[in-house]
Order: sequence, then structure tokens, then C-alpha cells
Amino acid sequence: MKRLFNYLGERLNKISSLKLTFLAVLSALVVGAFIIVVSDIDNLRDGDIVGALSTVGSAYWALVVGSFGSLRAISNTINSSTPLILCGISVAVAFKAGLFNIGATGQMLAGGMTALWVGFAMDGPGYIQVPLAIIAGAVGGAIFGAIPGILKARTGAHEVITTIMLNNIAAFLILWLLKTNLFQREDRTDPISKLVSTQGRLPRLFGFLDGRADLIAHIGFIIAIGAVLAYWWFLKYSTTGFEFRAYGLNADAATYAGMHVKRLTVLSMMFAGGFAGLAGAAEVLGTYGYASTNFAGNIGFDAIAIALLGQSSPFGTLVAAVLFGALQAGGRQMQTNSDVPIDLIIVLRALIVMFIAAPLLVKTIWRTKNATITAGQTFRGWGS
Amino acid sequence: MSTAELIKPMLSLEQKKRARNVGFSLIFLALVSGFFLSARPGDAGFKLVESFTLVLPAQPFAQALAVLLGALGAIQLYRGFGKWTNVVLAFATAMFVVGFLAWATSGGSFNLTGMLQDTVTRSVPITLGAIAGILCERSGIINIAIEGQLLGGAFAGAVLGSLYGPWVGVLGAMAMGVGLSALLAVFAIRFRVDQVIVGFAINFFSLGLTSFLSQRVLTPYPEYNIVKPFTPYAVPVLSDIPVIGVALFTQTYFVYFSFFAVAATTWFMYRTRWGLRTRAIGEYPQAAGTLGIDVLKLRYRNVWLAGAVAGIGGAWWPIGTVGRFDQNITSGRGFIALAAVIFGRWHPVGALTAALVFGLAEAIQLKMSNLDTGIPSEFLLMAPYIVTLVVVAGFVGRSRAPKAAGQAYDASK
Repeated sequence: MKRLFNYLGERLNKISSLKLTFLAVLSALVVGAFIIVVSDIDNLRDGDIVGALSTVGSAYWALVVGSFGSLRAISNTINSSTPLILCGISVAVAFKAGLFNIGATGQMLAGGMTALWVGFAMDGPGYIQVPLAIIAGAVGGAIFGAIPGILKARTGAHEVITTIMLNNIAAFLILWLLKTNLFQREDRTDPISKLVSTQGRLPRLFGFLDGRADLIAHIGFIIAIGAVLAYWWFLKYSTTGFEFRAYGLNADAATYAGMHVKRLTVLSMMFAGGFAGLAGAAEVLGTYGYASTNFAGNIGFDAIAIALLGQSSPFGTLVAAVLFGALQAGGRQMQTNSDVPIDLIIVLRALIVMFIAAPLLVKTIWRTKNATITAGQTFRGWGS
Repeated sequence: MSTAELIKPMLSLEQKKRARNVGFSLIFLALVSGFFLSARPGDAGFKLVESFTLVLPAQPFAQALAVLLGALGAIQLYRGFGKWTNVVLAFATAMFVVGFLAWATSGGSFNLTGMLQDTVTRSVPITLGAIAGILCERSGIINIAIEGQLLGGAFAGAVLGSLYGPWVGVLGAMAMGVGLSALLAVFAIRFRVDQVIVGFAINFFSLGLTSFLSQRVLTPYPEYNIVKPFTPYAVPVLSDIPVIGVALFTQTYFVYFSFFAVAATTWFMYRTRWGLRTRAIGEYPQAAGTLGIDVLKLRYRNVWLAGAVAGIGGAWWPIGTVGRFDQNITSGRGFIALAAVIFGRWHPVGALTAALVFGLAEAIQLKMSNLDTGIPSEFLLMAPYIVTLVVVAGFVGRSRAPKAAGQAYDASK
């Protein structure tokens, strides 16, 4: 009986956490609307409050239509979500072991380049080349991700510094690589890579619909879902996953229990790098078909917000990444339809993270009761 | 065994390892200058002042440098420099940089004083950002939001500076910094949210808001985005000293303020009651609280102060240099500042040193595009980051952070 009550209590908390998420998104949208209205200088000068408010309506409507309004919109959402899911898990897996991986960008670049190399060096058959390229991406990312792990384990160098530095190093390394004969496209002088051979491209998700070239989503999304499941299995059922969690929760206790802390540090950063490398592979092999200098964009940083939002849990991270991806896809529509810049999306994301992280605040604003979840501490501080 | 011997601190294993690393690095630098830097003949001209150019023969200089560095390395490995290690290392690194520049310029000439001036100028936002980080972290609040505070300061500085002149711009930047740090304070102290989460959220908020407003407001109304930047002010007498006068004392107010901020923070942190209390609540707030210190109030104040400092650091972009705001103009300098905090071991002077290293790196990057070195420029560009990596891994090691940084304070516990 007691167990049943405990279970019900847990369910109730879950519901309240859903409600909290919903209220947080709502709060963020309200603040976002306020920002749109206040920055609408032309309408405000004419005293046209209704005009300013209608901008909000059309902007938010475009956000919905652009993310889920049509098959094309859904495909865009899926496409934007794919690297976010993978990088989100990259950051999350490091968080679970108490490490702060700011380096997803660099790991993504590294993985993308190794995948790219397999992508243009081979010419089919696809069923061999594609898996090989994807594995190459994961390995490239994992090797690059292992560096801060090894440095931390051997010398105690803090991963926040080392990953930031490695991001910059990776960016310049890519810039150089893209100008070497090995990678640069033959007829170009700017840093842009050769094209991935047709066989090596990731098949499109909606490839079975003929003549819909605008549906750009690719099977990278399935890889991402697979990664979420693998991460879930890893945390829940594997010994190493258990050690990760123990180490993340209390490093001293884990050491005392005889776990190899150094091995865990290196492993967790390797896993983190591997997931980010997959994201790079998916972008290069699926979305672009080549690499330019900034194919990683801001994804590595968005991923931190995603992992924080999802509290590093597999499915929380997935949901957060899809939410961010939908905002991204909708944001592009919003910029076209109404003249509200897409940067509003970044503001909305920040507000959502803030409101979710501060349940006490949302509770005060919306006067809800029994919101019991509190944001746990994700980061162990600077001490090593 | 006499008492003196007992008291004499024993070198820990880690210290020994670090001393050995220093020795090996010196030998490594010696090898690089002996075999690599000495491979290019020709004279390198370093323009120091308008009328005088120091001419260094690149090849003999590199050979002499190799011998010097090798000797220093050997001494370090054999008996160690003890407390002088850092000084020797700094000297050796500086000489190596000179050797490298001589190698890169051989056969040409190069404005060394201008580069030093550039170094100091470019270190300003990193120094001020790092001071903001130290003020927060010493009192137990992790400040990941430096980047956001710099960016917010830059935006407010540009807009208010365009409307009402640069001084109002600086004030506005301070206000913006305080506003953003108040957000951090309220969430981290009042609502006890994870400080890293809030910090990152503030970074995103600031990036999104300034990009949004710059596209929606500053693009159609460019008159809100033209600031008249400060012109360099030459300090009387001091600016007449050759080389140093130009590098340190012919600068904008921002540079002088950053020196002042470093000195003031060091003084307050280690010589005043406020500093002692700040360090106490950053280490063990419960104990400080029991002794009657109002932990929360002090934390609020430090975070606000940090915001003001970071805001001024952000105003450096529009008011100290380019005279306008662009989207994401800070481009990650706040994170470099965060690295400088850790690199400098939470000490203002250490952070200034780190900031100068990054400033030097940026200055060299700008100059390098004019020089023909034969190595791909990308490798020169990534060199400072590799150096940081090596330094952090090899010499800084496990630095001691304020113990309570990152933990919310709850008086009832």
C-alpha cells in the first residue's frame, strides 16, 4: 500500500512538473510579447497600440505554423531538432558525471570532419558507406572529447577552461583543413569542402514521398532517437552508467566505493564527444552534404540550455531539444511573415530555461500549489 | 630534527611534478628556438619609437635564446628556482615570444610598441570581465553570465552613448550590467536556482535581446548606433617614457579604469573588512552567518558591483574602440574572462596577467596577417589557446576555488 502511495505521489509530481513547464512556456511567451510591443517603435510613435499588438499575434501564429503547421514545417522542426538532441545528450551525459561540457561545438566540428572524410573519400555502396561515415563521426568526436577528460584526470585541469580552448582550437583547425587539398573543393578558393558523394548522403526521412524535395529531414533524426534510447539504457541498466551517476552525485563517495574516478572522467567526456560527433556527422552527411567553417553554429551552446532544461534525463533532453528545434523552425517562418527578427527565439529559450529553473518564481506568479520539483544542482562547482 | 626543519614546508608530490614540468617546458622552448627559430637568417626590425628601430639579427638571437632557455631549464631540473619559478618562467616566455617575433619578422620591420599598446587595449574587457567573475565567485556565486553582462553593457553603451554622449553611455552600460547581475542575484540568492543554469540563461537572454533589438531598432534607426569613442589620453610625464609610455599611459580611460579596478579589488579583497567577509562567505557561509555577517546582503552587493564592472567592460567595445554595436560583438570574450579567472587562481592580479596574455594573442593575430611566416596563419591563431591548455594542464593544475562557489545559502541549515 505504501509503495502504491509513493508511486502515486511520484505521478502527481510528474503532472505538476508538466504543468510547471507549460506555465513556464506561457510566461516566456508573455514576456516575449512585451518585448515585441516595446521594440515596435514605428507603431508606438503613432500611438497605435492595436497595431503593435497585432504584430505579436501574427508573429506567434507564424511560430506555430512554421513549426507544426504543415508536413514541411514538421520536417523543418525535425531537421532543426536532430543536432540539438544529439548535442543535448552530449552535455547531459557529462552533467550526469558531474562534468560541464562546454565543448560540444568543438567535438561536433571534429566528428563532422571525420564523417565528411569518409563521406567524400568513398563512393558507395550506401549501406556500407553511411554507417561507416557515422561511426567515423562518433569516433572523431569521442577522440576530441577525450582530450579534456584525459587532461582533467591526469593534471586536474578544469574542463570548463579546456573545452572552451578546444572549441577555439577546433574552429581554426577546421579553417585550415578546409583549405588543404585533401578537403577543399577543387574549383574553390574559399574554405569549403568537397561534396559528400551521393551514396554517402543520409537518406531523407520522407524520401518515399516523390517529388517533395522541400522535406529536408533526414534519418539523422532516427539516429538521434536511437541515441536517446541508448543513453536511457546506459543510465538505467549499465554498470558504468550507475558509476557515472554515483560519481556525479558524490565524487568522494564514489572514490571510497572503489570506482576508478579517472577512468570515469575520461569515459564520460569520450561519450559526450561521441554524441556531439554524431551531431556533426548528421549535419554534414544529412543537412548540408559538405562542410563550411561554421557548420556547428551555436548548437553546442544551445545544447547546454537543453540539457539544463531537460535536467539531463534522456527524455527530458529529447523533449527540450524538440521544443528548441520547433522554435528554431518556427522562428524562420516568423522572420519571413512578420518583421520580427528570429533572435526573439533566443530570448524565448532563455526565458523558458529561467522560468523552469525557478519553480518558486512560477509558483508565485501563477499562484499554483504543490509544485514540488526543485531544480537540482547540476554543477559540482570548480573544485576537482 | 630541529624545529626549523619541521616547520619548513615540504614539497608535495604535485609541486615537485609541477617544478619538473616547468623545467621540461623550458628545455622544449630551448629546442624550438635552437632548431626551428634559428633556421631563418636576416635582421628583424622592431620599431620602438618613431626615430629608433631596434635591429635584432634573428638567427644569432635565436641561438643565444636557445642556450639561455636551455640553461634555465637545466637549473630548474637540477635544483629548482623555488619561489622564483614563476618569475623565471614569465621571463623565459617573454623572451621566447620576442624570439618568435624576430623569427617571424626577419628581413622586415615591425612596430613592437604598437603591438604592446594593442595588447593592453585588448585585454580591457577580459580583465574587467574577470574582475566581475572574481567579485562574484569570492563571495560564493558562480558567474557564468560574464559574457551576457559584457554584451548587455556594450549594447546599452552604444545606444545611450549615441544619444547622450560617451559618459552617459558608460553609465548606461553600468546600469545594464547591474540589471543583468541583479537578475543573477535574485534567481541565485533569493530563489536559490542553480547558479550555472541562471548564468547560462542570462547569457542567452542578453544575446537574444541585444541581437533582436539591434536588428529591429538599430538597423532602421542607425542614428542610435553611432558613438563618438573616447580618444586616448596621454598621462603627463609618464607617457613620455619610451615604449612603456605608449603601451601603458597613452590609452583610453578604459585602460586606466581596468588598472584601477585590479588594484582596488586586490586592496579591498585582502586589506579590508569587506574583503575578509567576502572571502569568508565564499568559503564557509554558515560559519560567517553564525558570526552575524549578513551573508545574503553581502552576496547581493558583490554581485551588483560585479555587474557594474562587467558593464563598463562591455562599454569598451562601442565607446573604447569601434564606436558602434554589432550583433554578438563580444564573441566569447566573457568565456575567455571566465578562463582568466581560473587561470589567475581567483586573484585580481593573476586575472590581469591572464588577460594580458590573451590580449597579446589577439594583438599578434592582427599583426601576423601582415607578416609572411610560412606557417599557415590558422596555427598561429590557435597558438594562444594551445598555450593556455598547456599552462592550465601543466602548471596551474588543481587550483583552489572558493569552496562555497555554486551553492545556495540557506540560513536555516
